[in-house]
Amino acid sequence: MKYSYYPGCTLKTKAKDLDTYARISAKALGFELEEIEEWQCCGGVYPLGTDEIASKLSSVRALNDAKEKEQDLVTLCSACHHVIKRVNDDMKNVGDIRTRANNYMQLEEPYAGETTVLHFLEILRDRIGFDVLKKKVVNPLKGRAIGAYYGCLLLRPSEVLAFDNPENPTIIEDFIRAIGGTPVIYPYRNECCGGYISLKEPQAAQNMTDRIMDSAASFGADSLITACPLCLYNLNMSKSGSKLPVQYFTELLAEALGLIDKNEEVQAS
Amino acid sequence: MSHGKSQTQKMKEITGVDPYKCMKCGKCSATCPLFNEMDIKPHQFVSYVLNEDIDALVNSKSLWKCLSCFACIERCPRNVKPGKLIDGARQLVVRQRGADYLTPEDIPERLDPELPQQLLVSAFRRYRR
Repeated sequence: MKYSYYPGCTLKTKAKDLDTYARISAKALGFELEEIEEWQCCGGVYPLGTDEIASKLSSVRALNDAKEKEQDLVTLCSACHHVIKRVNDDMKNVGDIRTRANNYMQLEEPYAGETTVLHFLEILRDRIGFDVLKKKVVNPLKGRAIGAYYGCLLLRPSEVLAFDNPENPTIIEDFIRAIGGTPVIYPYRNECCGGYISLKEPQAAQNMTDRIMDSAASFGADSLITACPLCLYNLNMSKSGSKLPVQYFTELLAEALGLIDKNEEVQAS
Repeated sequence: MSHGKSQTQKMKEITGVDPYKCMKCGKCSATCPLFNEMDIKPHQFVSYVLNEDIDALVNSKSLWKCLSCFACIERCPRNVKPGKLIDGARQLVVRQRGADYLTPEDIPERLDPELPQQLLVSAFRRYRR
């Protein structure tokens, strides 16, 4: 199975691990991520203004590219996923945005939200199946108490993202179980890390990630996983006494699938 | 407030929000992670729009505290979406020439080796036109 793949700016630079481990894991699980040629940055945040069209076009281009290849569009970064999924919803359901975006695009056939947007985790859950994934695990992460950090962008607003229950999600916990770890459910797993405020007000973000770390640690987690490079950055800025290591979920996936040299990892840690 | 009326109209156009639907339950403010740092609280935004006092909103600190975490939008029982109102007021500011909250000159001193590109593009999208 071949999917169109939108990596986004940060997966080519500071978050290469999120990308690399996803690609090798996909191959091991029997699907291919075919990177969209000449993709453009999604902008990081969804433009909320109903009259903002130009800032949505990079998403429309990626969506239309996947449509022309008759492939589903896969994302990994929470922010890219959020933006592209919401723009796709606009193109499908908001006539004014659809008309004006297509006026810019001048495509042979107008784009009207035909592409299915999937997060990599949704492929694991809905296309591969966590039961099948579990059978492919050669190096189960036994004894690891892992907290899923969802953050905001994968879950909200749920009427558009339709990713999981926004208040009581289970997809990452089910993923952790499938790779042999023990999920730790803690109250702050879907509370904001501070997002872009860390640029101008790092202290505000740090206060928020301190609370997340304290919450996860007090419920017994020994590490956290995320799908978002900005969440990872902000979480790593925490100065909490109970600060936990944070990894991308794809790194744990690759480890469980036996794709990371264990000795090398032990040396590295 | 000579531009009050037109500002209110612009705000409604940008956000598509109907402030009359608000029933003042306060859930948006209760759930806002930066409630303590906001001078105008999320549940009060609606009143300012109804009173056509957009100037107070565009001069508030709250515009630059909102994280776009969508907690208030998700949890609003009346689909009023206070976060969209805050963004509408922010748009009214950054769409004026020279009113950017973040400029490229601000960046060099804020860079650190781990800082992800995502943070820069997100902040620029929210803080400037």
